Amino acid sequence: MCLAIPGKIKSIEMQYDGRVRMAKVLFGGITKEASLEMLPDADIDDYVLVHVGVAISKVDEEEAQKTFKYLEEIGELGDLTDVDEYLPKSN
Amino acid sequence: MSEYRDPRMAKKYLEEIKNTVSRPWSIMEVCGGQTHSLVKNGIIEMLPDTVTMIHGPGCPVCVTPLNLIDKAVYLASEKGVILCSFGDMLRVPGSQKSLLEAKAEGADVRILYSPLEAVKIAEDNPDKEVVFFAVGFETTAPANALSVVHAHRRNVKNYSILASHVLVPPAIKAVIDDEESKIDGFLAAGHVCTIMGNTEYHPISAEYKVPIVVTGFEPLDVLQGILMVIRQLEQSKSEVENQYARIVREEGNPDAQKVIDEVFKVRNQMWRGIGEIPESGYAVREKYADFDATKKYNVTIEEAPENPDCISGQIMKGIKKPFECSQFGKKCKPTNPLGAPMVSSEGACAAYYHFSGMVEA
Repeated sequence: MCLAIPGKIKSIEMQYDGRVRMAKVLFGGITKEASLEMLPDADIDDYVLVHVGVAISKVDEEEAQKTFKYLEEIGELGDLTDVDEYLPKSN
Repeated sequence: MSEYRDPRMAKKYLEEIKNTVSRPWSIMEVCGGQTHSLVKNGIIEMLPDTVTMIHGPGCPVCVTPLNLIDKAVYLASEKGVILCSFGDMLRVPGSQKSLLEAKAEGADVRILYSPLEAVKIAEDNPDKEVVFFAVGFETTAPANALSVVHAHRRNVKNYSILASHVLVPPAIKAVIDDEESKIDGFLAAGHVCTIMGNTEYHPISAEYKVPIVVTGFEPLDVLQGILMVIRQLEQSKSEVENQYARIVREEGNPDAQKVIDEVFKVRNQMWRGIGEIPESGYAVREKYADFDATKKYNVTIEEAPENPDCISGQIMKGIKKPFECSQFGKKCKPTNPLGAPMVSSEGACAAYYHFSGMVEA
């Protein structure tokens, strides 16, 4: 549960009466929502490390891809996929 | 194959470690993700005999107190409660049962990816009480704190967290202070420092004269971290170095620290298997008392004894290795864990079990 997974910001919307910046982040083929409140300067197409639904650090693209590939190779992306079985599908 | 698994690079680091080391050293990796990486990639066997890796208490699932798991199970079994949790917590044995067993008996226990989803569940179910089992190290604290801030802003009255937060720097001090443990240097947890930065570690390395290297979790990160610690030890240095500088900034993430400070205050914390460590956890601040499940429900559950067959405390302090436990792989397996380190993939016992040829499908 302690892993932070790198993904790419696809879109950003303001939620909670315009006070919270939420992003749709693409992890490989899976899209998840992540709060950008800890990274006020993160923007669309940026790569970010996401930990339990919160983006905690920006990363460069190369680093993001290497890390994602490593996590995929060692089968450590369960945090993303397993949970989908329990949740309503988001678009 | 990614660069971090490149066997040639790994070999170079291993050779450099062998060439550098002149006498025996014990190094503790604090983060369970690093333990996992060390065991899974066979790094422990590849290191010279003079370098002993000690696996630290860095798995929040493993150190969440038994009493709090009992409280979570109790709350989950209450009528009208939706108990939400990270998946890893479900199989951790309580004194009577685990959350998974409570779920099988009909409790509404839900596995979530993020605490922020729990706030939405609370909004969608105004006639239910939603409790999020908020465990974690500093890495997870901003997300858990943010869920409280969101609920507060949205005036969501039926949301609260059962908080069990643990902090790395006080645990490092407690490990050094323990008379039984002899650790020469530490790999600090990279993602914890992504949030908190490195400043807390400077006084520890200065006071206790130990090298502390902030390290990532991929195999080459861990090897490089080990090499950096050994170089310092061989030169009688005790400094804080940052192996994971591509992610970790000296000051950490100030916005994340702000939200932690908004919701939480530091308190003494019980660590399962280890005991109480001063100022090593977070309590919910008075301002947000309405979102603190321990205050909202006032659940008193008698302290239950730990399973006497489980030596998880000695394992998490690095005094014993998992295979030195008489129950390892016998009575205690991932499918039937006696203690928490056999549950989470970041727990030392589960890591040893999965990657030591005792593989269970």
